[in-house]
Amino acid sequence: MSIGLVIRLLVLALLVVFLVSPETFAFLFEPLAKNNQPVIYNQGSLLDLTLNHLLIVLIATTLATAVAVGLAILVTRPFGAEFLPLSRSLANVGQTFPPVAVLALAVPMLGFGTAPTLVALFLYGLLPIFENTLTGLTGLPPSVTEAARGMGMTGSQRLIRVELPLALPVILAGVRLSTVISLATATIGSTVAARTLGEVIIAGLLSSNTAFVLQGGLIVGALAVLIYDGLSAIERALTRRTGQGARANA
Amino acid sequence: MIDIQELTKVYGQTTVVDKVSLTVEAGDVCAIVGTSGSGKTTLLRMINRLVEPTSGKVLIDGQDTRSVPAHELRRRIGYAIQGHGLFPHRTVGQNIGTVPHLLGWDAARISARVDELLDLFQLDPAQFRDRMPNELSGGQQQRVGVARALAAEPNILLMDEPFGALDPVIRAKAQEDLLAIQKRFNTTIVLVTHDMEEAIHLGSRIAVMDGGKLLQYATPQDILANPATDFVAELIGGDRPFRLLSLARVASLVQPGEAKGAPIQASASLREAYAECLWSGRDALPVSDNGQLIGQVSRADLARAAARPS
Repeated sequence: MSIGLVIRLLVLALLVVFLVSPETFAFLFEPLAKNNQPVIYNQGSLLDLTLNHLLIVLIATTLATAVAVGLAILVTRPFGAEFLPLSRSLANVGQTFPPVAVLALAVPMLGFGTAPTLVALFLYGLLPIFENTLTGLTGLPPSVTEAARGMGMTGSQRLIRVELPLALPVILAGVRLSTVISLATATIGSTVAARTLGEVIIAGLLSSNTAFVLQGGLIVGALAVLIYDGLSAIERALTRRTGQGARANA
Repeated sequence: MIDIQELTKVYGQTTVVDKVSLTVEAGDVCAIVGTSGSGKTTLLRMINRLVEPTSGKVLIDGQDTRSVPAHELRRRIGYAIQGHGLFPHRTVGQNIGTVPHLLGWDAARISARVDELLDLFQLDPAQFRDRMPNELSGGQQQRVGVARALAAEPNILLMDEPFGALDPVIRAKAQEDLLAIQKRFNTTIVLVTHDMEEAIHLGSRIAVMDGGKLLQYATPQDILANPATDFVAELIGGDRPFRLLSLARVASLVQPGEAKGAPIQASASLREAYAECLWSGRDALPVSDNGQLIGQVSRADLARAAARPS
């Protein structure tokens, strides 16, 4: 077992213990809490908030993946080629819009709560996945796509049997980026009353309680690192399995 | 039989293939030779409609290729390309089984066919069936590429510079294998190459292309003896007598008699026999066939065979 893996498992174990029983770690945060402020977040369960945070990210990223991959497939087909520039600029707009602005604009339409956060995360997650899917689908070795046509595969057979499987590691890299961005951005959702780990940070900021801020930040940070590493590992395995190991390492 | 009639391809202002007509008889090996940009690959790719012709038509066994959907047409025609184009995420067995799978063969039949082809290409099925393409050597990948093209037992095999990426030793072996397989199945082969040597070696007929036009379509002997244009002569190069010698076998010049020294095989080419005469300084070589001495071949006869046919 490599040292890296040991450290990651350790971080995961610590995170789980902390979420289930935060009081165990009270001694660590005690020096940060001033004037008899509560040491551990006490306005709700940290575990609930974390699960809700993850759920929002999961929903937003899943939707973004479906839409972005679908769009990228459409614009790389012969009939969709002319929409390539349009869809690219649409996804770019999603990315350049600050998430706070999206939240502010979405609240009047969708009200306070989870819905505007989902919209912001969804829009924000589109671009990395879209760009990576485009790269994956257009960067295939020409001899392979040529052979697939020459064998007599129809367009959809080429897509499903050759293009998507070969592009999968690159697509997944996009999903990984998008997920990590969403994990961080979701904390902002708490400003419009979405139940995410941002609540902990905001509560800490409002009451000048560094212990709260640190707890929220640490949980989000640990989640991001663990998920990033986990998805990277899946990507590497996929790259090897699709026989592109040589290409990836070269 | 492939009947190409007035086939033309125009891209914008450029005519890539210009009214080419030629007929490839069943069981022939037609080698299309030309420099890059001569339109030879485009001509090949119009046969299985990877490129749609601007005008003209292709008949296969009398049937217009446009009368069936392109993907169905391609499943009936083997296609092998330079750099093999194997699917990197599929095993060797799955790669070879691609077209049979598309045609809906059942699993047992596909697996039997895969093993048969691996055997034919001297790759042990038990050892190679489940390997990934990147675990093979270049020569093995190329063989799997040709095996894949032959998987659905096509009557016609199109090959685009199939041996271009191989080193000379492996290429010679691959060429011999291809000729053996062609004889065995009597497959009609259309092969594109820039190498006149390869064309003369493999082709039963050679089509020379330049600037989109078909300059000459004839047997290798004819091309060597009577190149239609200066360009064809230039492609053949200066060592025409030796190329001519390489086309015939020692068996065709055997005379009764005995000669000294190591014998040469009756199946060797005249070129090899002549080279051996010169190298060993002998005027005649004994000829053996299956271990039996069957006569001799003389240097004078070999030299005469190298002269320009009248």
